[in-house]
Amino acid sequence: MKPQHVLPLAIFVTIVVAFGASFHLNLNPEETPFAIKDRSMPAFDLPPALDGTPGLASKDLQGHVAIVNFFASWCAPCREEHPVLLTLEKRTGVPLYGIAYKDQRPALAKWLGGEGNPFRAIGFDENGRTFIDWGLSGVPETFVVDGRGRVVWRFQGALNEAVLDKGLMPFLKKVKGGGAS
Amino acid sequence: MKRLAVLALLVLWAAPALAAGADEAMLPDPAQEARARHIMEELRCLVCQNESISDSHADLARDLREIVRERVAAGESDKQVKAFMVDRYGDWILMKPPFNWRTAVLWLAPLLLLAAGGTGVWIYVRRQRTGVPPAAALDEVERARLLALLDEDGSA
Repeated sequence: MKPQHVLPLAIFVTIVVAFGASFHLNLNPEETPFAIKDRSMPAFDLPPALDGTPGLASKDLQGHVAIVNFFASWCAPCREEHPVLLTLEKRTGVPLYGIAYKDQRPALAKWLGGEGNPFRAIGFDENGRTFIDWGLSGVPETFVVDGRGRVVWRFQGALNEAVLDKGLMPFLKKVKGGGAS
Repeated sequence: MKRLAVLALLVLWAAPALAAGADEAMLPDPAQEARARHIMEELRCLVCQNESISDSHADLARDLREIVRERVAAGESDKQVKAFMVDRYGDWILMKPPFNWRTAVLWLAPLLLLAAGGTGVWIYVRRQRTGVPPAAALDEVERARLLALLDEDGSA
């Protein structure tokens, strides 16, 4: 190889390698890594968030596909996604469970009492330790747990029609079709 | 007005006392507290991203500091505490990313660029040395022509 070809080639190779590597690095600073992907769901056992309703423990989510939504009554995007949650079970055929992050019981009762409660059960994560165990950095965040208790899908931020159509629905079809449930 | 200025100054003065973690329960053992502090400096705050959890006022950072202290007090090594965090948040939570195949380009890019630049300089220098043949001494005809040209220039 002629020496004058070395430099352009080196630059070209560097760019190609950097481009390839960029697919492996998480370049969206808004999104934090999904570190628990495909792992067994972190164990938890939370008291009920509302009087007269069940609490939520990880064993409740074993043995079937389930959607878990971390939320808080003080969180604006959670209110934004609430209408989507209200019809989610009907549309997906998958039970929806909630985990209330650092919330106040009266505020929660007032909000869900007024807007409707879409959850089978809500765990009250008062100190936010379950939130940390699941690797969250903010609410809302939604997960899918498969029939074997593994955390297989997540979405950070408010659910909307586009996320349902392009992300959640096709994914659930795959999970349920795969016989994992 | 003056009183207001004094008040503002006092508030500014007091600000360091409000630094992240100042109101938190320190570990009773100063050596353990120092170790916990050191670990906190190496963990990224997930909400503010370019701050360590040691500097951040975010709620999550406060909780993570609490966990660091708990685990240090329970006798875990720095490595174990960090592993707990990486388990949940990935390598991303480490302020200093570890060297692995995913971060190889990040760590090696400066070296690659240095090598590319060095190669460029090397080629340039080599070309300078070999590309232009050393000037031969002038023969009689050339010398006469040169003098003539210089003369011409001087008289103009």
